[in-house]
Amino acid sequence: MAIQVRIPTILRTYTDGDRVVEGSGSTVTELIDQLEADHTGIKERLVENGEARRFVNIYVNDEDIRFTGNLGTPVADGDTVVILPAVAGGSGV
Amino acid sequence: MLTIDQATHDAIIAHARRDHPDEACGVVAGPIGSDVPARFVPMLNAAMSPTFYEFDSGDLLKLYREMDDNDEEPVVIYHSHTATEAYPSRTDINLAGEPGAHYVLVSTRDGAHESGPVDFRSYRITGGEVTEEEVRVVAAYTGVAPDPTTKHRQKADD
Repeated sequence: MAIQVRIPTILRTYTDGDRVVEGSGSTVTELIDQLEADHTGIKERLVENGEARRFVNIYVNDEDIRFTGNLGTPVADGDTVVILPAVAGGSGV
Repeated sequence: MLTIDQATHDAIIAHARRDHPDEACGVVAGPIGSDVPARFVPMLNAAMSPTFYEFDSGDLLKLYREMDDNDEEPVVIYHSHTATEAYPSRTDINLAGEPGAHYVLVSTRDGAHESGPVDFRSYRITGGEVTEEEVRVVAAYTGVAPDPTTKHRQKADD
Protein backbone atom coordinates (compact mmCIF):
# COMPACT_ATOMS: atom_id res chain seq x y z
CA MET A 1 0.00 0.00 0.00
CA ALA A 2 1.29 3.42 -0.86
CA ILE A 3 0.37 7.05 -0.44
CA GLN A 4 -2.05 8.29 -3.10
CA VAL A 5 -1.18 11.75 -4.39
CA ARG A 6 -3.70 13.72 -6.45
CA ILE A 7 -1.99 15.91 -8.99
CA PRO A 8 -3.66 19.12 -10.24
CA THR A 9 -4.02 19.78 -13.96
CA ILE A 10 -1.22 22.33 -14.06
CA LEU A 11 1.33 19.84 -12.67
CA ARG A 12 0.31 16.86 -14.80
CA THR A 13 3.01 17.78 -17.28
CA TYR A 14 5.36 16.21 -14.70
CA THR A 15 3.33 13.01 -14.37
CA ASP A 16 2.66 12.16 -18.02
CA GLY A 17 -0.88 13.38 -17.55
CA ASP A 18 -1.63 11.13 -14.58
CA ARG A 19 -4.18 12.55 -12.14
CA VAL A 20 -3.08 10.29 -9.32
CA VAL A 21 0.40 8.97 -8.59
CA GLU A 22 1.71 6.85 -5.77
CA GLY A 23 4.43 7.82 -3.37
CA SER A 24 6.06 6.94 -0.11
CA GLY A 25 7.76 8.57 2.84
CA SER A 26 7.13 9.33 6.48
CA THR A 27 6.71 13.10 6.11
CA VAL A 28 5.45 15.36 3.37
CA THR A 29 9.06 16.42 2.74
CA GLU A 30 10.11 12.81 2.17
CA LEU A 31 7.08 12.20 0.00
CA ILE A 32 7.92 15.20 -2.18
CA ASP A 33 11.56 14.11 -2.47
CA GLN A 34 10.38 10.70 -3.60
CA LEU A 35 7.94 12.25 -6.09
CA GLU A 36 10.81 14.33 -7.45
CA ALA A 37 12.80 11.15 -8.12
CA ASP A 38 10.00 9.86 -10.38
CA HIS A 39 8.74 13.19 -11.71
CA THR A 40 11.69 15.53 -12.08
CA GLY A 41 10.84 19.17 -11.64
CA ILE A 42 7.73 18.78 -9.54
CA LYS A 43 9.45 19.64 -6.26
CA GLU A 44 10.37 23.11 -7.40
CA ARG A 45 6.69 23.79 -8.04
CA LEU A 46 5.75 22.76 -4.52
CA VAL A 47 8.62 23.92 -2.33
CA GLU A 48 10.51 27.18 -2.12
CA ASN A 49 13.38 27.82 0.31
CA GLY A 50 12.54 24.67 2.21
CA GLU A 51 8.89 25.60 2.74
CA ALA A 52 5.67 24.79 0.96
CA ARG A 53 4.93 27.51 -1.58
CA ARG A 54 2.49 30.15 -0.42
CA PHE A 55 0.09 29.59 -3.32
CA VAL A 56 0.09 25.82 -3.39
CA ASN A 57 -2.20 23.96 -1.00
CA ILE A 58 -1.24 20.49 0.17
CA TYR A 59 -3.72 18.41 2.14
CA VAL A 60 -3.07 15.16 3.98
CA ASN A 61 -6.32 13.27 4.52
CA ASP A 62 -8.25 16.51 3.91
CA GLU A 63 -6.22 18.59 6.39
CA ASP A 64 -4.27 21.55 5.05
CA ILE A 65 -0.67 20.92 6.12
CA ARG A 66 -0.39 24.57 7.22
CA PHE A 67 -2.33 23.48 10.29
CA THR A 68 -0.62 20.13 10.87
CA GLY A 69 3.11 20.85 10.76
CA ASN A 70 3.70 22.04 7.21
CA LEU A 71 6.23 19.91 5.31
CA GLY A 72 6.97 17.99 8.51
CA THR A 73 3.43 16.64 8.60
CA PRO A 74 3.60 12.85 9.00
CA VAL A 75 2.26 10.63 6.25
CA ALA A 76 1.82 6.87 6.06
CA ASP A 77 0.75 4.17 3.64
CA GLY A 78 -2.94 4.45 2.88
CA ASP A 79 -3.01 8.23 3.26
CA THR A 80 -4.38 10.47 0.56
CA VAL A 81 -2.52 13.64 -0.33
CA VAL A 82 -4.17 16.30 -2.48
CA ILE A 83 -2.24 19.11 -4.14
CA LEU A 84 -4.24 22.13 -5.34
CA PRO A 85 -2.96 25.44 -6.63
CA ALA A 86 -4.52 28.32 -4.73
CA VAL A 87 -7.24 30.12 -6.62
CA ALA A 88 -6.10 33.65 -5.98
CA GLY A 89 -5.23 36.95 -7.61
CA GLY A 90 -6.52 40.46 -7.59
CA SER A 91 -5.85 43.94 -8.83
CA GLY A 92 -2.97 44.29 -6.40
CA VAL A 93 -3.17 48.08 -6.29
CA MET B 1 -14.55 32.27 -27.07
CA LEU B 2 -16.55 32.02 -23.88
CA THR B 3 -20.20 31.09 -24.28
CA ILE B 4 -22.16 31.77 -21.11
CA ASP B 5 -25.85 31.92 -20.37
CA GLN B 6 -27.49 35.18 -19.36
CA ALA B 7 -28.47 34.01 -15.87
CA THR B 8 -24.92 33.00 -14.94
CA HIS B 9 -23.49 36.16 -16.50
CA ASP B 10 -25.91 38.25 -14.43
CA ALA B 11 -25.20 36.23 -11.27
CA ILE B 12 -21.47 36.96 -11.57
CA ILE B 13 -22.18 40.70 -11.92
CA ALA B 14 -24.61 40.62 -8.99
CA HIS B 15 -21.99 38.92 -6.83
CA ALA B 16 -19.36 41.51 -7.79
CA ARG B 17 -21.74 44.35 -6.95
CA ARG B 18 -22.74 42.80 -3.65
CA ASP B 19 -19.15 42.42 -2.46
CA HIS B 20 -17.90 45.79 -3.73
CA PRO B 21 -15.53 47.38 -2.66
CA ASP B 22 -13.96 44.01 -1.85
CA GLU B 23 -13.15 41.70 -4.73
CA ALA B 24 -15.67 38.94 -5.37
CA CYS B 25 -14.64 35.52 -6.67
CA GLY B 26 -16.02 32.17 -7.68
CA VAL B 27 -16.18 29.51 -10.34
CA VAL B 28 -18.67 28.19 -12.82
CA ALA B 29 -18.25 24.45 -13.04
CA GLY B 30 -19.24 22.34 -16.01
CA PRO B 31 -18.95 18.76 -17.24
CA ILE B 32 -15.34 17.82 -18.02
CA GLY B 33 -14.51 18.57 -21.64
CA SER B 34 -17.84 20.29 -22.32
CA ASP B 35 -16.65 23.92 -22.12
CA VAL B 36 -20.14 24.70 -20.80
CA PRO B 37 -20.19 26.82 -17.63
CA ALA B 38 -23.25 25.25 -16.04
CA ARG B 39 -23.07 25.39 -12.25
CA PHE B 40 -22.52 28.78 -10.64
CA VAL B 41 -20.49 28.54 -7.43
CA PRO B 42 -19.85 31.88 -5.71
CA MET B 43 -16.94 31.56 -3.29
CA LEU B 44 -15.97 33.50 -0.20
CA ASN B 45 -12.99 35.80 -0.68
CA ALA B 46 -10.96 34.68 2.31
CA ALA B 47 -8.73 37.74 1.88
CA MET B 48 -11.75 40.07 2.15
CA SER B 49 -9.76 42.73 0.37
CA PRO B 50 -10.40 45.37 -2.30
CA THR B 51 -7.14 44.40 -4.04
CA PHE B 52 -6.76 40.65 -3.53
CA TYR B 53 -8.83 37.49 -3.58
CA GLU B 54 -8.16 33.96 -2.47
CA PHE B 55 -10.43 31.00 -1.95
CA ASP B 56 -10.28 29.64 1.58
CA SER B 57 -8.14 26.49 1.46
CA GLY B 58 -10.83 24.33 3.07
CA ASP B 59 -13.49 25.66 0.69
CA LEU B 60 -11.12 25.00 -2.21
CA LEU B 61 -10.68 21.35 -1.28
CA LYS B 62 -14.43 20.92 -0.83
CA LEU B 63 -15.10 22.52 -4.21
CA TYR B 64 -12.61 20.27 -6.03
CA ARG B 65 -14.03 17.19 -4.33
CA GLU B 66 -17.52 18.17 -5.41
CA MET B 67 -16.37 18.74 -8.97
CA ASP B 68 -14.54 15.38 -8.97
CA ASP B 69 -17.67 13.63 -7.72
CA ASN B 70 -19.75 15.31 -10.45
CA ASP B 71 -17.18 14.79 -13.24
CA GLU B 72 -16.89 18.56 -13.49
CA GLU B 73 -14.06 21.02 -13.94
CA PRO B 74 -13.80 24.76 -13.37
CA VAL B 75 -14.89 26.06 -16.78
CA VAL B 76 -14.90 29.68 -15.57
CA ILE B 77 -12.92 31.23 -12.72
CA TYR B 78 -14.15 34.74 -12.08
CA HIS B 79 -13.24 37.67 -9.90
CA SER B 80 -13.85 41.39 -9.77
CA HIS B 81 -11.58 44.38 -9.83
CA THR B 82 -13.22 47.16 -7.88
CA ALA B 83 -11.05 50.17 -8.74
CA THR B 84 -9.28 49.15 -11.96
CA GLU B 85 -10.17 47.78 -15.37
CA ALA B 86 -11.32 44.23 -16.00
CA TYR B 87 -7.91 43.09 -17.21
CA PRO B 88 -5.63 40.53 -15.53
CA SER B 89 -3.09 42.12 -13.19
CA ARG B 90 0.45 40.86 -12.79
CA THR B 91 -0.78 39.02 -9.67
CA ASP B 92 -3.62 37.43 -11.63
CA ILE B 93 -1.19 36.20 -14.27
CA ASN B 94 1.37 34.88 -11.79
CA LEU B 95 -1.22 32.98 -9.78
CA ALA B 96 -3.35 31.60 -12.61
CA GLY B 97 -3.30 27.87 -11.91
CA GLU B 98 -5.94 26.46 -14.25
CA PRO B 99 -4.68 26.56 -17.83
CA GLY B 100 -7.95 25.13 -19.15
CA ALA B 101 -10.23 27.70 -17.52
CA HIS B 102 -11.78 30.87 -18.87
CA TYR B 103 -10.67 33.63 -16.51
CA VAL B 104 -13.54 36.11 -16.28
CA LEU B 105 -12.91 39.57 -14.89
CA VAL B 106 -15.55 42.14 -14.14
CA SER B 107 -14.98 45.71 -13.04
CA THR B 108 -17.22 47.55 -10.62
CA ARG B 109 -15.16 50.75 -10.72
CA ASP B 110 -16.52 54.24 -11.39
CA GLY B 111 -19.91 53.59 -9.81
CA ALA B 112 -20.61 50.42 -11.78
CA HIS B 113 -21.28 48.67 -8.48
CA GLU B 114 -24.47 50.70 -8.20
CA SER B 115 -25.74 51.18 -11.72
CA GLY B 116 -24.82 51.22 -15.36
CA PRO B 117 -22.90 48.70 -17.41
CA VAL B 118 -20.29 46.44 -15.78
CA ASP B 119 -17.29 45.44 -17.86
CA PHE B 120 -17.37 41.66 -18.28
CA ARG B 121 -14.33 40.22 -20.07
CA SER B 122 -12.78 36.79 -20.48
CA TYR B 123 -9.21 35.59 -20.90
CA ARG B 124 -7.09 32.52 -21.23
CA ILE B 125 -4.03 32.66 -19.00
CA THR B 126 -1.40 30.02 -19.72
CA GLY B 127 2.30 30.09 -19.08
CA GLY B 128 2.25 33.78 -18.19
CA GLU B 129 0.49 34.70 -21.45
CA VAL B 130 -2.86 36.47 -21.49
CA THR B 131 -5.21 36.09 -24.43
CA GLU B 132 -8.48 37.96 -24.38
CA GLU B 133 -11.39 36.16 -25.96
CA GLU B 134 -14.85 37.07 -27.14
CA VAL B 135 -17.74 36.62 -24.72
CA ARG B 136 -21.00 35.36 -26.16
CA VAL B 137 -24.00 35.62 -23.85
CA VAL B 138 -26.85 33.28 -24.74
CA ALA B 139 -30.36 32.89 -23.35
CA ALA B 140 -29.72 29.19 -22.69
CA TYR B 141 -27.23 26.54 -23.80
CA THR B 142 -29.78 24.38 -25.60
CA GLY B 143 -29.55 24.85 -29.33
CA VAL B 144 -26.39 26.96 -29.19
CA ALA B 145 -24.24 26.39 -32.25
CA PRO B 146 -20.86 24.84 -31.38
CA ASP B 147 -18.09 27.35 -31.05
CA PRO B 148 -15.66 26.69 -33.91
CA THR B 149 -12.72 28.00 -31.84
CA THR B 150 -13.23 25.37 -29.15
CA LYS B 151 -11.65 21.96 -29.47
CA HIS B 152 -14.33 20.26 -27.43
CA ARG B 153 -17.83 19.63 -28.62
CA GLN B 154 -20.46 21.40 -26.59
CA LYS B 155 -22.36 18.90 -24.55
CA ALA B 156 -25.54 20.97 -24.81
CA ASP B 157 -25.64 20.15 -28.51
CA ASP B 158 -25.48 16.41 -28.10
